[in-house]
Parts: sequence; structure tokens; C-alpha cells
Amino acid sequence: MSERLDVKKTFKLVVNGAFPRSESGRSYEVFGANGRFLANVAQASRKDLRDAVVAARAAQAKWWGATAYNRGQVLYRWAEMAESRRAELVEQVQVCEGVKKKDAQLSVGRAIDRIVWYAGWTDKVTQVLGGANPVAGPFFNFSLPVPSGVVGVVAPQESSLEGFVESVAAPMCVGNAVVVVASELRPIPAVVLAEMTVTSDLPGGVLNVLTGITGELVPHLATHEDVDGLDVSGSGDLADELARLAAGSIKRVYRARLDDDENPLRRLRTFVETSTVWHTIGQ
Amino acid sequence: MTEHALTSELGALAYDAAPESAQIAHLQPSYGLFLDGAFTSPAQHEQFASLNPATEESLATVALASPSDVDRAVASARRAYTKVWSKTTGAQRAKYLYRIARLIQERSRELAVVETLDNGKPIRESRDVDIPLAAAHFFYYAGWADKLEHAGFGVNPRPVGVAGQIIPWNFPLLMAAWKLAPALAAGNTCVLKPAETTPLSALILAEILQQAGLPDGVVNIVTGDGTTGAALVDHPGVDKIAFTGSTEVGRLIQERVAGTPKRLTLELGGKGANIVFEDAPIDEVIEGIIDGIFFNQGHVCCAGSRLLVQESVADEVLRRLLRRVDQLRVGDPMDKNTDVGAINSAAQLERIRELTAFGEEEGATRYTSACELPEKGYWFAPTVFADVAQSHRIARDEVFGPVLSVLTFRTPEEAVAKANNSKYGLACGVWSEKGSRTLWVAQRLRAGVIWANTYNKFDPTSPFGGVRESGFGREGGRHGLEAYLNV
Repeated sequence: MSERLDVKKTFKLVVNGAFPRSESGRSYEVFGANGRFLANVAQASRKDLRDAVVAARAAQAKWWGATAYNRGQVLYRWAEMAESRRAELVEQVQVCEGVKKKDAQLSVGRAIDRIVWYAGWTDKVTQVLGGANPVAGPFFNFSLPVPSGVVGVVAPQESSLEGFVESVAAPMCVGNAVVVVASELRPIPAVVLAEMTVTSDLPGGVLNVLTGITGELVPHLATHEDVDGLDVSGSGDLADELARLAAGSIKRVYRARLDDDENPLRRLRTFVETSTVWHTIGQ
Repeated sequence: MTEHALTSELGALAYDAAPESAQIAHLQPSYGLFLDGAFTSPAQHEQFASLNPATEESLATVALASPSDVDRAVASARRAYTKVWSKTTGAQRAKYLYRIARLIQERSRELAVVETLDNGKPIRESRDVDIPLAAAHFFYYAGWADKLEHAGFGVNPRPVGVAGQIIPWNFPLLMAAWKLAPALAAGNTCVLKPAETTPLSALILAEILQQAGLPDGVVNIVTGDGTTGAALVDHPGVDKIAFTGSTEVGRLIQERVAGTPKRLTLELGGKGANIVFEDAPIDEVIEGIIDGIFFNQGHVCCAGSRLLVQESVADEVLRRLLRRVDQLRVGDPMDKNTDVGAINSAAQLERIRELTAFGEEEGATRYTSACELPEKGYWFAPTVFADVAQSHRIARDEVFGPVLSVLTFRTPEEAVAKANNSKYGLACGVWSEKGSRTLWVAQRLRAGVIWANTYNKFDPTSPFGGVRESGFGREGGRHGLEAYLNV
């Protein structure tokens, strides 16, 4: 009896809750850290990116329209799904990043725990970042953090899963929809994790993952006028140019700092807007 | 008697002139820069005139700060930061800010006169709004200076360093207060660049800083034009840029700051929607619309310049609005009865004329107040455009003048969609007696400030700032500290 031939998986984009190939028909080869061929991965085009932004814009209203409790439940469900497929994530992180199995296990564990952490923020952030303002007049005045809208993310190139989670879960938990360009050379863990959102009740379009050539895609993310915020942390030498392009539509730009004592709320604060309501008080 | 005749009769109601005295201003003929705690000699600098826009006469000349002057200012701010201010305790900083607040109150009449002469805004507004709010802002942030660790930004929030601050001409002293008070409370030193056409009240403020004994170099004031601002934005010794002004200039600044370690906050333009539902109390609505667009001649980034009225009451609202517009008293800003003063500059007047010409060309129905305008000075009669479509330039572009565009809607969903159909997102108004609907609308508006059954209210405790192309960052409240802390 011959040995069973394994079924190779094609990794596709995650856009609007579905898994399309690139409309361009392109794909590119992804290799493990040891240089061995892993898979062909969809190579997204500018058109795919624009489609993802359209999906994100539509999904954002629905996501933000859900209760904070519900958003927390959905993100926690995502963590549950990841936990149940932990072995697969570990294997992908191990081959993509070329780390020991034990380190891959620790990394995946931290990534999942980070989703849990952000899941818990959904119904805290309003109280922590908002508040009532004692204005000198007959008004009830309050400030609420509301999402910026659609956030573009250039995911970190090295940290294929942990870095990805940190950069997408933060804007998502405060009600944004995300269009993320995954690590160019290590895209697979991000795609696997994003696949799980489809079984986590996350509305399609809240998290859109594009794989492809970073330098080709991200300038279009920076110049897209319907993208409200941009996390350039994973763009390396391109970061300055992206920040400059983002000025065209006054985007909020986030760039992770190198210092270890980075305030973890800075990422949340960058992608929320403080909306202040003055309401008259009278009989 | 026809409606029109009644209007004319009311419009003709006469008041005796009640002018405030221009002598109270005590202006010097020319000013230097405020560097390192002292005024430089005016003779050291190229001078330019600051005009009274109501008379086109020169009030004083001020220095045009060159890039090397900006360099001196930044060096002075850096020295003061390193040697003095960063070693001054929060409690000490607070006491300086309290002193400044008190001195503004004490010199409020003088400041109000200077502001009105230099800007053209009615003395009623500079006296009752600009100056008291500027003092209140210093009072508010004074109290934060020794409580920063309780502000929600971590246990040891640090200042950013040297802040370059560029302010507009519409609320000259108030914008200086909005910039300086939180920056100083958080422990930064500042280089402030007042607007080209309204530099004078900031120079009076410099005298106040001296009177308050603020250490030399903690605040430096460089008057000038766009080249001065550009030199400040580009200066490598500046750690933070805070800008209030047009979206056009804000975009350029964001581009220039991109790729540098500088922090940036931008408070830019707007095209505020003022939404009136059919159940709203009409008398209050009319006053609210008037305040929303004619306050400060409409030179307000958060002005309610797009009126969205529910169709069922649109005719009545427009009829009563036009009658009220005719009664606005337009003229001498120094007269205590004046409602609408002078347009700040010839350039701004030209821009308003250009955009309103588009309004007519594109087919909107123009109504212009029949008020008489003075012969000298820059004036624009209060103007309302009805039958405006969303695609018209007067519905999309910021006019920054006393010009209102009126559109209608049928359902709350339509009102929200139309209000959000703008690249801007600074402020909106909602008028309704139904609280649940007001909050439903407020939740859906993409704007940094939402006024429900009121408009154009400001308070130091209340965060102000925009979303989308109206900028980012907040001024006022606990949130306003973030712009000046390294967090």
C-alpha cells in the first residue's frame, strides 16, 4: 500500500469574510526559514486592496453598532478558536520564523493571550478613555472614544503571529475595521489566524488580510482616502514615505517605538477619536 | 402689512452708538520679538503692519521673524527647558499658570479692546467670550500641572520638550491660551507663532508673562508670516508641532513632519452640519443657527455652516431665519451693540466673495442681509443660501465667513448621511426635544464635537478637536494633556 499523499493547502486572501484569490490571478512562493518551499500564497493587487477597504468600511458600521459586550465576546471566541488550533499555529510559526518548537509554543500562547487581553478592553475603553466634563454652564457634557473607522496596518515582518495580533487586535477592539498587509515573507500564520475569524462570528470585512509584496501594496493603503488611520510599524524603510503619503488625507499614523516601556494604550488611543457631546440641561 | 415691510421696520430700529474706547489698548508703535524673557528691539527686524480690519488703518508694526530669529527662539526654549522648566516642580508650574490667569483677568478690558481692534470681532464677543475663556483655560490647566500622574497616562508622564505652536487669526488670544496652558502645565517650553494678521494680543500676553515672573525662555513669541511658521515646523530642535489653521496648510505640515521624531497635533477646517428636527423649539433654533454661523463673522472652524432642516419645517425655519438675519447689527466692532464685525483681512474677504459667487453660479438661491456696510474696512453682509445641493461648493468647502448653506432632509437616517457627507468632521449641532433621537444622531455623526440644542459652546474642561480631515488631537480637558506628554 502506497504512502498517503498529503493535501497541500493554498493560502488565499481573507477579504469580507471570504477567501478569494487575488483578482490579478497572481501568487508568490513562500519559503520557510530553512529555505524550503512552503506554499504558494495569493499576491494581492491594488484592486484587492481597494476591495478590502470597501468591505472594511461597510463592516465597520456593523462592528461598531454591536454592543461592546458583544464585540468582547466575538474577540474572545476568536481566542478560543485559536486555542483549539494551537498546534497548527505553532507548526506554522515554527517553520516560518525558524524557531524551536518550544519558543513557537510560547509565542503562540502569548499571541492568543493578547487577543484575550484586547477582548477584555472592548467594554472598558469607554470608561478609561472617556468621561464627563464639568463645563461652566447648564450642560451635561461627556466625551467618548469612538473608532477612527478603517485602519490600514502594515504588519511586522519578523513576528509573524504575535506582531500581527498586536497590530490588528488593538484597532479592532475599539471598533475599527482593519485592512492589514501581512508579513511579506512570513504571511502564513496571519492567514491561518484570520481564517478563524470566520468561525468566530466576526462580521465579514472587520478583519481583511492581504498577502503580497509589501512595497507594492502599502503605498496604496497610505494614499487611500477612505482609510482613516495607518499603522506603519511593519514597513521598515518605507515608514517615512508612508507617513508622508498618509498626510494627503490627514490620517492618524502609528509607529511602534523601540523603547520597551511603550505605553500599551498608545496604539488604542491612536485609533480612537474623542467625541464630545454637549447636551442642554433644563426643565 | 406685508412680511417684508415689517422686517424693514424692525431693521430700522435705531440705537445710539455705544463705542468702547480704543485708547484702552495702549499699543506701542512697534514691537520686537519676545525671546528669552525680553522683547528684542524692533529696529533689529523687518517690520510689517497689523491693520485694524474695520478701518484698514495700521495699529502697530511688528517684527517679521526670520529663520535665524526662529532659531534663537528655539535655542532659548531648549535652554529654558533643560536648565529651568524641567527642574521646576509641578506645583511651581501651577502657580505661574495661576498668576497668568489672574493677570489676564486683570487686564481683560485692555485685551478685549486690542483683540477687537486687531481682529475685527465685536467687542461684545472679545469681552464676553475670548478673554474670559483664555483666563479660564490657564486656570484649568494650572490645576493639572501637579496632578499629571493622576491624568490616566501612566504613573510618570514626561513632557515632550520644546513645542512649536502655530495659531490662527480667528481667536488670537484664546488660541494662544489653548496652546500654551496645557503645554506649560505638562512641563514643556514653547515657541508660539501668532497669525500674521492678528499678532497684537499675543504681545500683550508676553508682557503678562513677564509680570507673572515666568522664567526667561519658557515661552518665546515669534511674530511673522508663513515663512516664519515654516521655519518653526522645519526646525530640528523642536519636539512637537501644534497647529491650528486650514486643512490645506495642515496637510503640508503633516507631510513635512512625517519621518521626523516630532509629535504633531492638528486642528483644521470644518463644514459643520447644524441639524434641525421638526419637533425642535423654533425660537431657540433660530438663535442657535445665528450663533452657529454668524458668531465671530463665521470665522470659526467649527461653524454650523451647513443647516440641515427637516422638510416639514423648512419653510418656516427659513422664513424666520431670514427675518432674524436682517436684524443683525453689522458694523463697528468697537460698538457694544454690534453683532457682526469686520472680516479679518482683504484676502479672507476675497475668498468669501469667490466662494459665494460659486454659490450663485451653481444655482443656489442667495439671500443677503440688507444691512448697510461701512465704507472703509473689510465687510461682508450676512448671507444665506437656500436650495443648496450637496454637490455645491458652498456645501463642501469651508467658507470661513458669514455664509450659511441650507439643505433639507426627511428622515434621521438622511440627516446623518448628509451631515457625514464631508471630508471634514469637526463639529455638528442637533436640535430636537427628543433626547433619545438626539443621542441616536450624536452616536452616528462623525465629528469631534456635537452640540445638542446649543452651538458654539467652549469650555476648558471640554475636549475640542476633529476627526478625518479636520485634524487629530484634542485641546481642552484631560484629553488635552496628551498632546504635550510623552505617552
